[in-house]
Amino acid sequence: MMIKTNVLLMKCVLLGSLLLSGGCAEIKPWVKPYERDSLADPIMNFGRLGIANSYMHHMYQSREGARGAEGGSGGGCGCN
Amino acid sequence: MQLASFFSLQLPAKARFFLLFSVSYLIGGWVTSVWMTGSWITGSWHSVAAVLPEQSIDLLYHRYDQDGQLIDGPAILIRKNLGNTVSVSGEYLVDTVSGASIDVIATASEYTEERTETSVGIDYLVGKSILSFAYVNSTENDFDAESIHLNVSQDLFGDLTTLTMGYSQAWDTIGRVNDDFEEEADRRHFRLGLSQVITKNMLVNLDVETITDEGFLNNAYRQVRFVSDSARGYDYQFERYPHTRTSNAFSLRSLYYLPYRASIKGEYRFFSDTWGIQANQFEIAYLHPLFEHWLMEFRYRHYSQSKADFYQDLFPFENAQNFLARDKELSTYKNQTFGFGIGYEFNSLLDGYIEKGSVNLLLDYIDFTYDDFRDVTREGFVAGQEPLYSFDAWVTRLFVRFEY
Repeated sequence: MMIKTNVLLMKCVLLGSLLLSGGCAEIKPWVKPYERDSLADPIMNFGRLGIANSYMHHMYQSREGARGAEGGSGGGCGCN
Repeated sequence: MQLASFFSLQLPAKARFFLLFSVSYLIGGWVTSVWMTGSWITGSWHSVAAVLPEQSIDLLYHRYDQDGQLIDGPAILIRKNLGNTVSVSGEYLVDTVSGASIDVIATASEYTEERTETSVGIDYLVGKSILSFAYVNSTENDFDAESIHLNVSQDLFGDLTTLTMGYSQAWDTIGRVNDDFEEEADRRHFRLGLSQVITKNMLVNLDVETITDEGFLNNAYRQVRFVSDSARGYDYQFERYPHTRTSNAFSLRSLYYLPYRASIKGEYRFFSDTWGIQANQFEIAYLHPLFEHWLMEFRYRHYSQSKADFYQDLFPFENAQNFLARDKELSTYKNQTFGFGIGYEFNSLLDGYIEKGSVNLLLDYIDFTYDDFRDVTREGFVAGQEPLYSFDAWVTRLFVRFEY
């Protein structure tokens, strides 16, 4: 059962990879590089406070039942 | 410089594939290796260029002040780039605890006085992918935790999309002061994140994380109370939790740039686990620059959760059920946070050695209100009829960043 699940997971990952690799060549960015001034502003950065944010996540985690998906998946304006 | 040159080498794609697969397999088994390698394949197909985090020195002083309990200490993080493709970082954090929480007052149990956390990390840039690895060690006199973290992030579609996949594994060793008690717990985290530019003024982040735990999952000191013939009407016995737990968390957060220079952040998070806890969290924040260098932030956060299936404030008798908990973090409750922050951003210090930086003071007021956790320190009440517990706390953070 475990092996079947793993094989299915591997197939999904590979299929997803192929779909993404084949599809994104045609997609053009709808926000042009010269339109990203606002997105590049530090006030549009989820991780602006670095370890000060990490500390708050730790503080909440030790006092709440919930955990995970606190953020930090990164990303941003694609300004570079 | 030799180290920098070594990391700057562009390994052939097959070699990178093999390296990532092998490391992932050794650490987390082959589900993990497929997870991590698949994410890298997904990411690296259209590689052109991405960027590493800025070189910086981050300093933090944190202070949690609850009625009767104070936890404070410093933290430092240093990040340095080696060549154009590698960034290394090290972090050190100290929590010093003084005073006692209600659990300690009620059952006279002891808690650690200091926790130190050390972590080292490395980020490796490959085209538009960033592969990250980190090792974290946390030590107290009655608790040790080690963890490793693997992450892959990838920019896609003209850099408007960032896909992130991650895996962590943690090993905890739980002890008790003045006792030879020792137990272990293992944890595994699976993360998937998506960051998307929606418009030239709007960003959205989606995060999903599954965590599985196995081992000794309760606090080694905490006790539950049950009805007895004693003068106060109840006695205590140690908590007993299931030895496994799986949780899922989902979050959606967005930043929006207003027509003038200011931004609004909104966030929603949902959580559920196999212990029967469900939680909802909402947050909204407003950032407003002042003059040329100042920045103000206002924040409101609301969190609520339902209790674990095996939680009770007062059990009817000793060993009333297989699993027993009276940890207030597993009860039904809510909390609210009102936050305020002010920051000052500066440019060029020390003849340009520091390119820029900021000083930020952040103050948060949090109140916790419990629906089924009673304050046993209040005297003159029948067992189970004591007033419900509530408390508030102030959290202060002084955060300084130097980018060089």
